[in-house]
Amino acid sequence: MGVEGIGARVVRKEDRRFITGQGRYVDDVKMVGMSYAHFIRSPHAHAKVKGINSTEAMKMPGVIAVLTGQQIVDDKVGNLICGWAITSKDGSPMKMGAWPAMAPETVRFVGQAVAVVIAETKNQAKDAAEAVVVDYEELPAAADVRAAIKSGAPQLHPEAPGNIVYDWHIGDEAAVGDAFSKAANVVTLELTNNRLVPNAMEPRAAVAHYDQAEEHYTLYTTSQNPHVARLVLSAFYNIAPEHKLRVIAPDVGGGFGSKIYIYPEEMVALWASKKVNRPVKWTGDRSEAFLTDAHGRDHASKAEMAFDKDNKILGLRVKTHANFGAYMSLFSSAVPTYLYATLLSGQYVIPAIYAEVIGVYTNTTPVDAYRGAGRPEASYLLERMMETAARQLKVDPTELRKKNFINQFPYQTPVIMAYDIGDFHASIDAAMKAIDYAGFPARKAKAKADGKLRGIGVSCYIEACGIAPSKAVGSLGAGVGLWESAEIRVNPVGTIEVLTGSHSHGQGHETTFCQIIAERLGVPISQVSIVHGDTDKVQFGMGTYGSRSIAVGGAAIVKAMEKVEAKAKKIAAHALEASESDIVIENGEFKVTGTDKAIALPMVALAAYTAHNLPDGMEPGLKETAFYDPTNFTFPAGAYICELEVDPGTGKTSFVNFVAADDFGRLINPMIVEGQVHGGLAQGIGQALLEGAVYDDTGQLVTASFMDYTMPRADDLPSFQLSHTTTLCPGNPLGVKGCGEAGAIGASAAVINAITDAIGNNKLEMPATPDRVWHAIHG
Amino acid sequence: MYETNYHRASSIDDAVAQFAKGTDSKFLSGGQTLLPVMKQRLAAPSDVIDVAKIKDMIGIDVSGDTVTIKAATPHYDVAQSDAVKKAIPALSSLASEIGDPAVRYRGTIGGSLANNDPAADYPAAVLALGATIKTNKRSIAAEDFFKGLFSTALEDGEIITAVSFPVPAKAGYAKFPNPASRFALTGVFVAKTKAGDVRVAATGASQSGVMRVGPIEQALKANWAASALDSVTIAASGLLADIHGSADYRANLVKVMGQRAVTAAG
Repeated sequence: MGVEGIGARVVRKEDRRFITGQGRYVDDVKMVGMSYAHFIRSPHAHAKVKGINSTEAMKMPGVIAVLTGQQIVDDKVGNLICGWAITSKDGSPMKMGAWPAMAPETVRFVGQAVAVVIAETKNQAKDAAEAVVVDYEELPAAADVRAAIKSGAPQLHPEAPGNIVYDWHIGDEAAVGDAFSKAANVVTLELTNNRLVPNAMEPRAAVAHYDQAEEHYTLYTTSQNPHVARLVLSAFYNIAPEHKLRVIAPDVGGGFGSKIYIYPEEMVALWASKKVNRPVKWTGDRSEAFLTDAHGRDHASKAEMAFDKDNKILGLRVKTHANFGAYMSLFSSAVPTYLYATLLSGQYVIPAIYAEVIGVYTNTTPVDAYRGAGRPEASYLLERMMETAARQLKVDPTELRKKNFINQFPYQTPVIMAYDIGDFHASIDAAMKAIDYAGFPARKAKAKADGKLRGIGVSCYIEACGIAPSKAVGSLGAGVGLWESAEIRVNPVGTIEVLTGSHSHGQGHETTFCQIIAERLGVPISQVSIVHGDTDKVQFGMGTYGSRSIAVGGAAIVKAMEKVEAKAKKIAAHALEASESDIVIENGEFKVTGTDKAIALPMVALAAYTAHNLPDGMEPGLKETAFYDPTNFTFPAGAYICELEVDPGTGKTSFVNFVAADDFGRLINPMIVEGQVHGGLAQGIGQALLEGAVYDDTGQLVTASFMDYTMPRADDLPSFQLSHTTTLCPGNPLGVKGCGEAGAIGASAAVINAITDAIGNNKLEMPATPDRVWHAIHG
Repeated sequence: MYETNYHRASSIDDAVAQFAKGTDSKFLSGGQTLLPVMKQRLAAPSDVIDVAKIKDMIGIDVSGDTVTIKAATPHYDVAQSDAVKKAIPALSSLASEIGDPAVRYRGTIGGSLANNDPAADYPAAVLALGATIKTNKRSIAAEDFFKGLFSTALEDGEIITAVSFPVPAKAGYAKFPNPASRFALTGVFVAKTKAGDVRVAATGASQSGVMRVGPIEQALKANWAASALDSVTIAASGLLADIHGSADYRANLVKVMGQRAVTAAG
């Protein structure tokens, strides 16, 4: 390892511009003649749009246009799509309701756009929007899953009778039935996985420009995957062919999944920029983010687990209702199915698993992938189940887990996933040691004497990351492949540009990816730049989500580097009059092994571009591209243990300690990994204790601002104790697994298990607010 | 935000005169409520009269048994004042827990009282300590000042200029913050006057805004101790209920925070 190579705690290159306010975000983009869009949004959860009168608005100062849903339909802009086809148990395809970018006839959630005002200034657009009269005929709304699946419930889409998107299943129902018939003990659990609002620090935004002379569009947008955005906008929404559309995602202030999707506002901005022949800017405000960014989670589940007389698991049966909101967002269909039920084996040998998932439409904001996406829901269910089972079976929860851990790898679960490697004992042992698990009873007794209820909770998670092998996901219904691309350009002076299809919106790629180059060539990272986020600069790539950037994008960089190095070695060997096989790369030089003959990288690069003295037949230049398609998912796993105290007088939870022992394979930059884990834990703890999107019976979002939606703050969180146990991933050249989502996947169950341990009963849902905990204690 | 006319008043008289000129004027002090509401286009005053820079409106005076805080004094100053810490430590402690540092640098006692948010902290102290609200026209006793949610005895165009607090024998404040907004989900201020009277006020709990808490006052009169409240029951009727706390939970908090306030008071 060099000082800036793999494993070094290099300070993030990008932070200087971020913390000095010099990041360049979409809203920083200004164009000559730029106009501003403001959307007119439905105040109703379900209503017919009877008419839109913009006569008065058009007379107001600065107004350029008022455009409606009917116009966008008339112009044949495509409806929004869902990119993963799921087939129901009965063989029928998922039932997708039409989702036009602005509603021409029916609105189905509060905040859905019906029209847009384009004006010279943002304030003029807002003023005029108030003068547009929309005539709504209110319809009854189904605001939650339980209401939506009742007979006689309000129906959202004619395409989806009973509001059912799909009724899907996985696993072997008969084998599970058999397991339960032999069970010595059965443990049952009903739980809710609460709906979350992503709340990236930067709200979504778009600047769209139509160049009439070139018939070409440019879109600056807050995207985690600009190429996917361009593909979808071109192939499905009929905005423009791909070569006539440039999508740029500059600095993006957080995504957590919510910026994967192509939203109506970006489509409308592009369409409107041609309509009014002006650049159009839209910057969402926080209220719009609450109402229109795809929400996360929102499951209601019932689970049963069968044990034999020795407390070995025999089988697991799960039935989950997943709330989709009012429309199917881009990847929504995959989240409660292939990203959820395929992880229900957790870290355990479970011989038989059967899961049913019913997707349901409701009159709420669409739901899609949010940090962890399906895997937090699986992990929460399974780890609460293990804790509940341990209490019912009267065994220590860590012993019950250890007894059922998978010990042999590779391991084929009954639900598709084939775990390549892991060491679950190592993680739990590390976590137990870090928190002094053995000393807990004494600490609990001492806390009791002080009037506090102390509890400890364990969560052993596993996730499938490095999403994903293209052939495998294709066979499961995905509309795209999930490989990644990289291009390495060695410039004539030896500096290096890495063009990656991954996109950094907080992850630190500008540092981590440079460290891979530094490791291989022995050059300082200041000599390397990462280029990303612009479809005109970077070759097609799939973007960043599902903890895939290092495992898939990083592997693509390695593959491209291997090609660059092979060519560079040939050039060096030719220049040094040595055999290519004798060339080694050290400290930025190509050396003839065992001699003092060497040529520095800049001279090799220069030779490649002057082409004065290249080996016969070699093309000039030093630039290579690789597309890397993973052979399997990666399987980060770990053990989290939380110790906390509950104040019985107020129900308030205070952390005593939170330890995390993660196995992410090889760490490229441990400091960045720790930052990722901290952020993930904050979101997992946020879900457990603080966050929850609440709708009232009429479909109004009660938690539509930070006054009511509790975002985790620093003083809500403990000082985390992190550690790592390592098994190298055999599936990719770096041995990495990905670390972006682990904290959010594993933390919630540890917290709730600790609180239920403290209060001595299991009657608790997330978020475990002081009010809920107090009621759980006092009835 | 809608367009508005901004005036920085040079004196209390100037503020009153400017206020009268506008068709729909509002006084601006720290702006911690008014400005966010205006930004959300939920308020559209024709004229905003900024009173926060008027010299006569800023400062703290402790003389004899009275602490007088002028209306545009920010919470930070009250929290930091050695004189307040010495005379009524519960009051400086309350001020130190309002909002976050940015709020405390800008927000003012007069603004807080004039707004009378049902979850604001200062109303509990004003009511429990039996303070007097001084305006450009008159003095108003705490009992007569608070008129329910966001409603006070202030007339149109009337400005709070100062608040006078009698120094108590003992006082304490305990707040349970709303997890999201960090306003008081319930806060209880307990005070024992030098004459031996006990006054207790709760904020954040009642549907009618800040309220006296009779059962706690009676129990503490008999025995000034946290344990004296063990057998007290607070009725849930008339209390606020929302996603952060049901009425019965808030009733519990009135009692528990009352006990902690007594402990803090010593």
